[in-house]
Amino acid sequence: MTPGRIDELFCRLKTQNRLGLFTYVTVGYPDLTAGWELARLVLDAGADLLELGIPFSDPLADGATIQRASYHALRAGGRPEHALELAARLRAAGYGQPLVVMTYFNPVVTQGEDRFCAELAAAGIDGLIVPDLPPDEAGPILEAARRRRVDLIFLAAPNSPEDRLRKVAAAASGFIYCVSLTGVTGARDTLAPGLDRFLRRVRAVSGLPLAVGFGISRPEQVRALRGLADAVVVGSGLIDRVEATPPEQWPAEIRAYIAGLRAAAADG
Amino acid sequence: MAHLTEKLPDERGRFGRFGGRYVPETLIPALMELEAAYEWFRADPGFRQELDYYQRHYVGRPTPLYQAARLGELVGATIYLKREDLAHTGAHKINNALGQALLARRLGKRRIIAETGAGQHGVATATVCAMLGLQCVVYMGAEDVRRQALNVRRMRLLGAEVRAVATGSQTLKDAINEAIRDWVTNVHDTYYLIGSVVGPHPYPRIVRDFQAVIGQEARQQVLDQAGRLPDYVVACVGGGSNALGIFHGFLADPAVRLVGVEAAGQGTETGAHAASLVAGRPGVLHGAYTYLLQDEAGQVRETHSVAPGLDYPAVGPEHSFLKETGRVTYVAVDDAAALAAFRTLARTEGILPALEAAHAIAYALELGRQEPGRLILINLSGRGDKDLDLVPVE
Repeated sequence: MTPGRIDELFCRLKTQNRLGLFTYVTVGYPDLTAGWELARLVLDAGADLLELGIPFSDPLADGATIQRASYHALRAGGRPEHALELAARLRAAGYGQPLVVMTYFNPVVTQGEDRFCAELAAAGIDGLIVPDLPPDEAGPILEAARRRRVDLIFLAAPNSPEDRLRKVAAAASGFIYCVSLTGVTGARDTLAPGLDRFLRRVRAVSGLPLAVGFGISRPEQVRALRGLADAVVVGSGLIDRVEATPPEQWPAEIRAYIAGLRAAAADG
Repeated sequence: MAHLTEKLPDERGRFGRFGGRYVPETLIPALMELEAAYEWFRADPGFRQELDYYQRHYVGRPTPLYQAARLGELVGATIYLKREDLAHTGAHKINNALGQALLARRLGKRRIIAETGAGQHGVATATVCAMLGLQCVVYMGAEDVRRQALNVRRMRLLGAEVRAVATGSQTLKDAINEAIRDWVTNVHDTYYLIGSVVGPHPYPRIVRDFQAVIGQEARQQVLDQAGRLPDYVVACVGGGSNALGIFHGFLADPAVRLVGVEAAGQGTETGAHAASLVAGRPGVLHGAYTYLLQDEAGQVRETHSVAPGLDYPAVGPEHSFLKETGRVTYVAVDDAAALAAFRTLARTEGILPALEAAHAIAYALELGRQEPGRLILINLSGRGDKDLDLVPVE
């Protein structure tokens, strides 16, 4: 079997000695057309992996920013198949970066785990993150994801005891999504205390790459994670900037923002 | 507390294929801690004594069983009301709030959060927190803050902080979302005191066990007063805690027919309703696999009921199981019928029921008319003072 795009990316990051920069966008936000522009801008600006968030009516792991984005995306008619269309369009346009869908479990179970994974694979999507699906409930979808060669990415939390970290590590593929804090998504000013110890605890039980998300939005946070993690995930910080900027200034704003984060991920 | 020995859920928190634990990893340790602590304390004589003391001398249990003779005459049935409206704070919600708050105190958690729809669970939680000296934050949809203003004042007078939730449909569902977000953030020192038989395992079981006292008492009381078991037990279902509480007294009596009454709002065909078991299909919301009102893409639908406590798109997973096994029949009653039943009970018996419970009364009256001579037991889950602004005086 040839290695997937996610595995290849982490190999490359290692040789380049830098943190991967993963970015999250909500599909259909601010609307379907602008959402496509945003996805391209983010990838052109240097994001290493794009998370496509399928909006859900009840995003209980999300803070105010992504709640708002999800609400607007649903009002704009955002649906799961738009994530598939967006991915297929990016692939057709030649984008080779890994694409990962993030959504809650109900839109998945509604379609059926196998069909959902099959459609992701057909659209050129490499992985799936479901924040309200712990490994204990993932039996059927683990099987489906393996069959379709879609990485199922689980979340580890800083308050997870040893046995839970092992359970997450045993189920995960692609990478482990380390939640930087106990809480919901949303930009924070600093890193949570004890994050370095948490990441070392995950390292001790898994050889998979570690991506750190929730609360990460600033270059100094990214810089502090060098040597501790393999990638960082930025979501709300990006959407906050999109919200605060008129559309004609998005290209400049996003380029500058991503460039700042990329520099922090690679320097020193 | 012999009722605290039920076979389901299984060790994975499942009632058949329903239930489970669909939550972010951050909450798993807290749920496992709660599960273990509950297993320990339910078998602990000291805990049981403490719970029993407060049930008796603080809540006022056992609540009466009352034969509503004039109401029965109206339709040619024998009707008994289990008077949970006479429990302290005016609804069955205190049974669960008390049990869980005692559990939280033993877990050393000093900060309690809760969600509320009609405000009855919020009031019950604020009450026991005041009594036990615990900090209390209640999340309530902004729409419910408006239509249940009396209960908001009660909670604030009891020292609770009421946080209005202005996202989504601004009702119970959104209050639960926000309570879960608070819990994920403050899980180290906070206990989430969930108010119905919903949510991730072990909540559906814990809440059901603390509410099972209703059915336990009612079964003995109806045997004492009527000399036999009822033909029907009728209860309203939002999340479904009062219904499971009374049903559990009769699940093992195959001749007793159990009916859960959901909110048909403006009619189940209009889309403006909250009848998840009657008109929904299974999905995952708030940590459990259960019947859910949703569109074909799996987005949760907005709901409507005149009764805020029923205005919820999902239902406790054990109800989903009881529906599929056929042991309980689920029906729906619309706003107009519930409002009419409210007036009927007020004028025939001098009791103002909560609009939620009025749904059960409305269905029982219909049943009485269809099948004269039956013995019907209704769970009168709460009193209606909170609803006076919602019920027009003719």
